[in-house]
Amino acid sequence: MNEEIIIAGFGGQGVLSMGKILAYAGMMQQMEVSWMPSYGPEMRGGTANVTVILSDERISSPILNQYDTAILLNQQSLDKFEPSVKPGGILIFDPNGITRPPQRKDIQIHQVEAATEASRMMSSKTFNMIVLGAFLKLKPIVTLENVVHALQDSLPARHHHLIPANEEAIKRGMEIIRKVS
Amino acid sequence: MGQVKLMKGNEAFAEAVIRAGCDAYFGYPITPQSEVLEYLAAQEPHKRTGMVLLQAESEVAAINMVYGAAGTGKRALTSSSSPGISLKQEGISYMVGAELPCLILNVMRGGPGLGTIGPSQADYFQATKGGGHGDYKVIVLAPSSVQEMADFAGLGFELAFKYRNPVLILSDGAIGQMMEKVELSEQQPRTTSFDQSWVTTGKSPDRERNIITSLNLDPSKMELHNRKLQAKFAGMQENEVRYERIDCDDAEYLIVAYGSCARICQKTVKLARQKGIKVGLLRPITLFPYPTKIIQEMTGKIKGILTVELSAGQMVEDVRLAADGKVKVAFYGRMGGTTPAPNEVLGVLEQQFLNS
Amino acid sequence: MENQSVSTDEIVREENLVYKKTSLMTSKALSYCPGCGHGVVHRIIAEVIDEMGIQADTIGVAPVGCSVLAYEFLDIDMQQAAHGRAPAVATGIKRCWPDKFVFTYQGDGDLAAIGTAETIHACNRGENITIIFINNGIYGMTGGQMAPTTLPGMRSSTTPYGRDIALMGNPLKITEVVATLPGTYFVARHSVHTPLNARKTKKAMRMAFENQKLKKGLSFIEIVSNCNSGWKMTPTQANKWMEDNMFPYYPMGDIKVNGEMVKKKEEPKA
Repeated sequence: MNEEIIIAGFGGQGVLSMGKILAYAGMMQQMEVSWMPSYGPEMRGGTANVTVILSDERISSPILNQYDTAILLNQQSLDKFEPSVKPGGILIFDPNGITRPPQRKDIQIHQVEAATEASRMMSSKTFNMIVLGAFLKLKPIVTLENVVHALQDSLPARHHHLIPANEEAIKRGMEIIRKVS
Repeated sequence: MGQVKLMKGNEAFAEAVIRAGCDAYFGYPITPQSEVLEYLAAQEPHKRTGMVLLQAESEVAAINMVYGAAGTGKRALTSSSSPGISLKQEGISYMVGAELPCLILNVMRGGPGLGTIGPSQADYFQATKGGGHGDYKVIVLAPSSVQEMADFAGLGFELAFKYRNPVLILSDGAIGQMMEKVELSEQQPRTTSFDQSWVTTGKSPDRERNIITSLNLDPSKMELHNRKLQAKFAGMQENEVRYERIDCDDAEYLIVAYGSCARICQKTVKLARQKGIKVGLLRPITLFPYPTKIIQEMTGKIKGILTVELSAGQMVEDVRLAADGKVKVAFYGRMGGTTPAPNEVLGVLEQQFLNS
Repeated sequence: MENQSVSTDEIVREENLVYKKTSLMTSKALSYCPGCGHGVVHRIIAEVIDEMGIQADTIGVAPVGCSVLAYEFLDIDMQQAAHGRAPAVATGIKRCWPDKFVFTYQGDGDLAAIGTAETIHACNRGENITIIFINNGIYGMTGGQMAPTTLPGMRSSTTPYGRDIALMGNPLKITEVVATLPGTYFVARHSVHTPLNARKTKKAMRMAFENQKLKKGLSFIEIVSNCNSGWKMTPTQANKWMEDNMFPYYPMGDIKVNGEMVKKKEEPKA
C-alpha cells in the first residue's frame, strides 16, 4: 500500500490538521507516514496545502507533483491541483463556492458538501472531519477507530469533549460523498 | 525501542536536544524554525532537566550567549534560519577561534537577502567553507528526515565536544516543517563528562586561571594556533565523514544530493529503475568533512554524475573536485524556495546522459 | 663624607610597606599608557574580588578595545568577547551559573555604540551581573576616533575639526538611559583620577558585587576616565580637561540605588 494525497484549501479550514490526523492514524497502523505542509506567513485566510503519504515502505520523497488522491476545498486549489492527479486517481471537492468544477475525464471525481453539512450540524469546526470521512469511504486505509485514537492523542485534553462530534462528522462524511463522474 | 512519535522536524530536534542533556538554548524567532524555540518554551525544560532557555534580543546576542555558556563547559545550542545564521557568523568565527563547542541549527530558507521562507540549500558555501572571517571549518551535518533531525542533536554535541568546535546542523524548511515518525532516545543526564581543564567557572587555588579568547597579537603564536586548528579540521576529515549509498552497487549513473533534495532523488532512483535505468544515490551526511574519497572511488565505475540541489549549484563544486574531470558531472537546481519533483529530476538525468 | 648608602634589603621591610601589588593582579606589567585609568580600575576590581573571597566563583568578560587584554592582568577566569557582545556573553555564563559572580568590563565604543542592543537588553532583563563601563569619550585602541560619548566640539581623529552634533549626533548618556530600565538595581558614575574618587569607585564596586550575591539585578558602574594619548595631552592636562569638560556633561554620583532613582539636587544657577 502506498497512498499519496494532497489536501488543499483555505487556511483555517483545518486542512493541515486533517492531514495530521490521517498521518497519525496511519502511524498507529504501523505504516510509514509523512506530512509535508506548504507553510506560509498567513496564519488564517491564505491558502494552505499538505502532502500526506501513507505507505508500507520507507517513504522516499515527501515532496511530490502527482497524487493518487487530491482533496481540494476551494477554487484556487482545484485550479492548481486538478492536473496533478494521477490518471485513474481520485479528486474529492466541496462544491461550495466552486464556479469552475473539475473537468478531467481520466480520473474519478467525487463531491462532498461538507460546508453545507457542517453548518447543518451547527459545527463549522467539524468541516474537515466530514471531508476526512468522505475520503475514508473511498479509501479505507485507516480505521475509524484509529482516527478517533489519533484525535485523542493529538488534541489537547480541553478539546476532548469535541471528539464525539468529530466522530459523528466523519460518519456523516462517509454517508454524503457522491460520485460526480 | 524508544518512544515513537509523529513530529515536525523542528519539534523532534527540540525534544531531542532536551533528551541529549543540553544545558542551554539561546535563540531568536525566524521562519521556518520558530517551532524549536516555541516547542522548548512549551516544554519548560528548566523544570524537566534544568536546561536554560532564553529568547535573546537578536541572533547576534544569541550566539554570544552560547559563547559565554560554552566557555563554562556547558552544552549550549542556538537555532535560526539563513538570514539569522548570517548574523551569527561573527560569533561562530570567534567560537572556532576560541575552541568552544556548541551546536547550531540552520533551517535554511531561500535567499539572498530576506528571500523567501520556502526550503532552500543555498547556504552550502557559507556552512562548509567557513562562513565568517578567518580560516576555519565547522562540522556540518545534513539531516534528510525527521529522525535524523532528532538523532543529530546528540551526535552534534558529541562531535562538538570531541573537537571543541562548533557543529552546524544544516537542515532546510522542508525537513524542519514536515512531520514523520520519529523514535526518540531515552533522556540522557545533563552531567558533563569531558575534560573540563579549560573551562571558566572561577579560578580555584589548585589551578592556573583559564582564559577563553581567540586573540593573539603575536603573529607567530597566532600562526601556531591556526596550525593547531587546521590539524583539528584534518582530523575531522580523517575520522568523521558520513554518507549513505542507495542502490549504488550496480549503478551506471549516480545522483549526489543531500538533505530534503536527497529524499526527492530517492524517488527519482525508484522511478528510473522502473524504467530500467541503473541509477544510484549518494547522500552526503557530513558536508564538512565531505565524502570526497567515496566519490573518487565511484567515478571509475559510473558513466555520469548528476548533482541536485536547492541552489544555483554549490555542492556541485565539491563533486567536481572529487570527480576531477574523470566523469561528466551535470547539475540541476531549483531556487527561491521551490523544490523539484522526482520525475522532473529523472527528466534532467535522461536528457543529460541518455538522449545524447 | 661617610658612605651612608642603604641596601635594598634594609628598605624592603614589612614595617616600611605602604603599598603593594594586589594579590589578584598578575605579575604582567600593565600595557596601558601612563596616566590611563584602566590600571586603577583593574586594581579596584581585583581588590574587591580578593576582599570578598570570591576568586574561585568569579568570571570576567573582557571587551574589544584597550582593555581587550584585561585578562592578562587579572588573575581570574575570563572570557574575551566580540566587540559589543560582552553583556550577551555574560548572560550566557550567568544563566548557566546563577551562583557565580560575573562582570563585564567595557569601553564606550563597545558598550554604547556597537553593543547598545546587548547592553540595553541585558539591563532590561535585569541580568544579575555587574557592568563596568569605562567612558573616556574616544576609541582608544584603534587610535582616537570619535566615540558615542565624544563631547560636542571635541576633536578626534575622525572629527578633526571637533564633533559637529548636526552631523554626528549628540553624545549618548547611556548610563542615564539604563537607569530608567526596571532591570537595573544600582547605577552610578564615578572616576578614578584622584585617591578620593578611586575610593568612591571601590565602594560602588563592592556594592555592585554584593548585589550579585543578593541576586538583586544588574549593577552598572560608569567610570569617566581620560585617554591622554587619544586626547593628545599630558596625563595632568588630561585629568584637568576631564574635570572641566567631561564631568559637567557626565556628572559624578549615584543615579539609581536599591532600584530607586536618586533625586537630583537643584543645580545652582551660574
